[in-house]
Amino acid sequence: MYLHNRLNKQNNFFQKIRDLDLVLLGSILLLGFISLATMYSTDGGQILFHTKSHFIKFSVFISLMLVISFMNIKIWFSISYAVYFLIVLMLIWTINFGVTASGSQRWIDLYFINIQPSELMKIFIILCLAKYFHRKRLENVNSFYSVLVSVIIIFLPMSLVVIQPDLGTSILISISGILVLWFAGFNHKYFFYSFLISLLSLPFIISFLKPYQKLRVLTFLNPDRDPLGAGYQIIQSKIAVGSGGLFGKGFLKGTQSYLEFLPEKHTDFIFTLFSEEFGFLGSVLLLLIYAIIIYRVIKIGSISRSYFAKLFCYSFGASLFVYIVINMSMVLGLLPIVGSPLPIMSYGGSSMLATMIGFGIVMSAKIHSKQSIA
Amino acid sequence: MINQSDNVLKLNSINRRMFILGVAKVIILGGIVSRLFFLQIKENKKYLTLSDKNRIREWKLPPVRGIFQDFFGNTIAGNFEAYQLHLIPEEVENFRYTINRIKNILGLSENQFKKILKKKKEIKSWETLIVANNLTWENFSKINNNLYDLNGVKPVISISRNYPFKENYTHILGYVSQANEEDILKNDNIKEKFVQGLKVGKTGLEKTFENDLIGSNSIERYEVNAYGRRISQLAFQKGDQGQSIRLTVDTEIQKLANELLAEKAGSICVMDIFNGNVIAMHSSPSFDPNEFVFGISEDNWQLIRNNPMKPLVNKSLSGNYSPGSTIKPIVALSALENEIINPKFRVHCKGHKNPMELYGQKYHCWKKEGHGSVNLREAMKQSCDTYFYEIARRLGVDKLSETAKKFGLGEKVFGDLFNNEKNGLIPSTIWKKNALGKNWLLGETIITGIGQGYIQTTPIQLCLMTAQIANGGHKIYPKIILDDNINYEDKFALIVKETRNIKLIQDAMFSSTNEIRGTSYRSRIDDLNYQFAGKTGTAQVKRITKKDRELDLETSEIPYEERDHALYIAFGPYKNPRYAVSILIEHGGSGSSVAAPLAKKLFKKIIDRHEIRKNFESNKYLNI
Repeated sequence: MYLHNRLNKQNNFFQKIRDLDLVLLGSILLLGFISLATMYSTDGGQILFHTKSHFIKFSVFISLMLVISFMNIKIWFSISYAVYFLIVLMLIWTINFGVTASGSQRWIDLYFINIQPSELMKIFIILCLAKYFHRKRLENVNSFYSVLVSVIIIFLPMSLVVIQPDLGTSILISISGILVLWFAGFNHKYFFYSFLISLLSLPFIISFLKPYQKLRVLTFLNPDRDPLGAGYQIIQSKIAVGSGGLFGKGFLKGTQSYLEFLPEKHTDFIFTLFSEEFGFLGSVLLLLIYAIIIYRVIKIGSISRSYFAKLFCYSFGASLFVYIVINMSMVLGLLPIVGSPLPIMSYGGSSMLATMIGFGIVMSAKIHSKQSIA
Repeated sequence: MINQSDNVLKLNSINRRMFILGVAKVIILGGIVSRLFFLQIKENKKYLTLSDKNRIREWKLPPVRGIFQDFFGNTIAGNFEAYQLHLIPEEVENFRYTINRIKNILGLSENQFKKILKKKKEIKSWETLIVANNLTWENFSKINNNLYDLNGVKPVISISRNYPFKENYTHILGYVSQANEEDILKNDNIKEKFVQGLKVGKTGLEKTFENDLIGSNSIERYEVNAYGRRISQLAFQKGDQGQSIRLTVDTEIQKLANELLAEKAGSICVMDIFNGNVIAMHSSPSFDPNEFVFGISEDNWQLIRNNPMKPLVNKSLSGNYSPGSTIKPIVALSALENEIINPKFRVHCKGHKNPMELYGQKYHCWKKEGHGSVNLREAMKQSCDTYFYEIARRLGVDKLSETAKKFGLGEKVFGDLFNNEKNGLIPSTIWKKNALGKNWLLGETIITGIGQGYIQTTPIQLCLMTAQIANGGHKIYPKIILDDNINYEDKFALIVKETRNIKLIQDAMFSSTNEIRGTSYRSRIDDLNYQFAGKTGTAQVKRITKKDRELDLETSEIPYEERDHALYIAFGPYKNPRYAVSILIEHGGSGSSVAAPLAKKLFKKIIDRHEIRKNFESNKYLNI
């Protein structure tokens, strides 16, 4: 009996390992490797602070991801609301006691690590809304009450992040939330009308923007307006990408970044450096890896039996896609500059932590795909 | 059961929406890829160029200037390595500190220090600031020893102009100095090649041949970062040195001319009578052009500028002087050519008691006692003014000016070669009518006959005139640039009607130097190899009044500015002429006592050097 129990348990563990999504894991590892190489290049071909730090974070967080994968997805279901509120509290804490860097108060000092709660919120808002709609009957989804609650769930963290101020992240948080609403079956007309309303209110929103944000919009519309000032980043970024050509300038040979023409090359503009050094082919390859990851995430969602897991996977996959698209559009001069990192590639612990937790939950959903949540 | 069917509905809804979003994702992804394609493949060239423009910056270095050589290939304007101190303000972290350190190390004066700060304000922060342009080796090593403390300061060995013969060639070559705004505006070549510290020709041949001499910049191509800091050198494109220019001048004779004119204001010109090569051309006093290379000090500049002997004026070319009696050979020649007189024609010179009188004006000969009855040869020999008054009167100014112009008087000898060369002036009736609006007076013809009045010539014109008399009346074109072989159609053309007339003039000039009672008899050389023939001249700078004539003062008793100019023209060796000389001493007194003795020393040297010059030339051909 005891033996059987142990065997069963062991069986269970090996079963779990066997159930790991190896394509997803392999893609993430490959992406991690590419991101490390790129970080090595931003350090000028030396293993310096950014490379080391990125490596440590990646190793720690991918381990965390594996731990999460083996945890039952039920656990996440049960703690969703609690974590959501915890992060909301952290956001409030940030506003009052946060660490200020480059003009906005985004970080909490946890003594051993500075954490950016807004990044975490990108994942946990999905989790929270997924749980909320898991129990909802389809006909109740569009009821006034549920619309109100879900709007509050989105609006609360969004407004807390906007006043940091961090427009980019708050937009990404709300997009993540809205994506969940979309999958949950919100009426199409809500999306249509809210899109219409936001379009109409755009002039008012712009008038409330901070001067630097207005400048970014203006710069996006015409980067040559001030090539050495506000337009500098976007022009230099386009030059870097454009000069890469088909095959790129070669690893460690990106002159634009090496000669410090690229600002923010570790974080938001990491793709620029990658694209300069590896060219069109490298960039498409990178996009392909991201596409495979997103495809696997959605695939896992589609095989999940539980609605919670499905909703999470779909929304997470779609959010990931949105993050990537926004970041790339930004560095390619298709969107105004809003602070949004490229998942895994960009330097930044909180963003990577959130993404890895997301992947962990997705993998857990794969391993526990046969389970349904009551 | 209801729950079950609701679940199915929910799954249907979510999957449908997933599909819609999936399609949207594919489209958006396609958009991103096409954007990448547009930037990296289609516009690649444009961005590649922009990227290179970003990363590559060029630095121009000063070009190495071409050198000047004398006839024998000795460098007379060369280059030397100057120890300099450069810094680029934007590359220096703490400019104040660095510049103060330099000040202490070099021991700069407050004045020099202020100048550097002023210069710094005038240039752009990425341009080179030249802190010191000609350091001694000692200071240069001091700086090198302290480099660890002088971030961004560059000790540079720069090529700079050097004139080894100092004041000897100043008036021919001119000098170089820092290019200023005017130089840059006027010459596109300078504009194109300009870098901080570029030196350009300011006067003389240095200025005339600027475009040939300047050479081309060496270019250093550096990869720079976003802050303009040099990262690595990509290429070094070596510029070409400017052309070398060889002159016809013999430094030994040039130096002798300088010695002979020491402490005097004047000019010596020496010319080959056949090919027109200028063997020497010196104007005194001169100055050391090396002082100008790095900017002359205010004190020295004032000394040069205010010197009453006018060192800045090239007297050989831009000094307009009355030729005095040195015009007499031309007057005589013109009279012979126009058949006004024959060699036997005589005039009686009665001295001061009985001067020639025309239209109520008295015309005195220089000799108080008078020369008695003189023919052409005697008149030339003793420089009898009365004789020349008479033949000038008979000749008329227009015929005289015609002959004078044929011999090169009244026009620039070197054309456009020197920007400071003067025309001189050969008057005629038409000229006076046009220039002064007055009719010519006969009295003016008479004084023109002894080289006074309106007539003005430059020393180089007199030299050319003498050369053409010496070579038998053939036209020559003087040259000072050896390789300048312009073919003039009328080169060596005969400019006299009868060579017999030229012979008579040559003989008269011979008598003036080599026969007793000749005006320059005391300066003669009896050795046939060196024997020369000449004509003295004493040009009045002011009208001689009756009182002056009665006083009859010695030269040393007259104020400097009122003393006569002493002139002498000569050619030699007489038996087989080769060289012509003109000598002018400003306010020197009489030509026979001041100018002619110099010719004696000069001819010794010139003729000694002739063999060497000839051998050098033939050796040159043998070597080929």
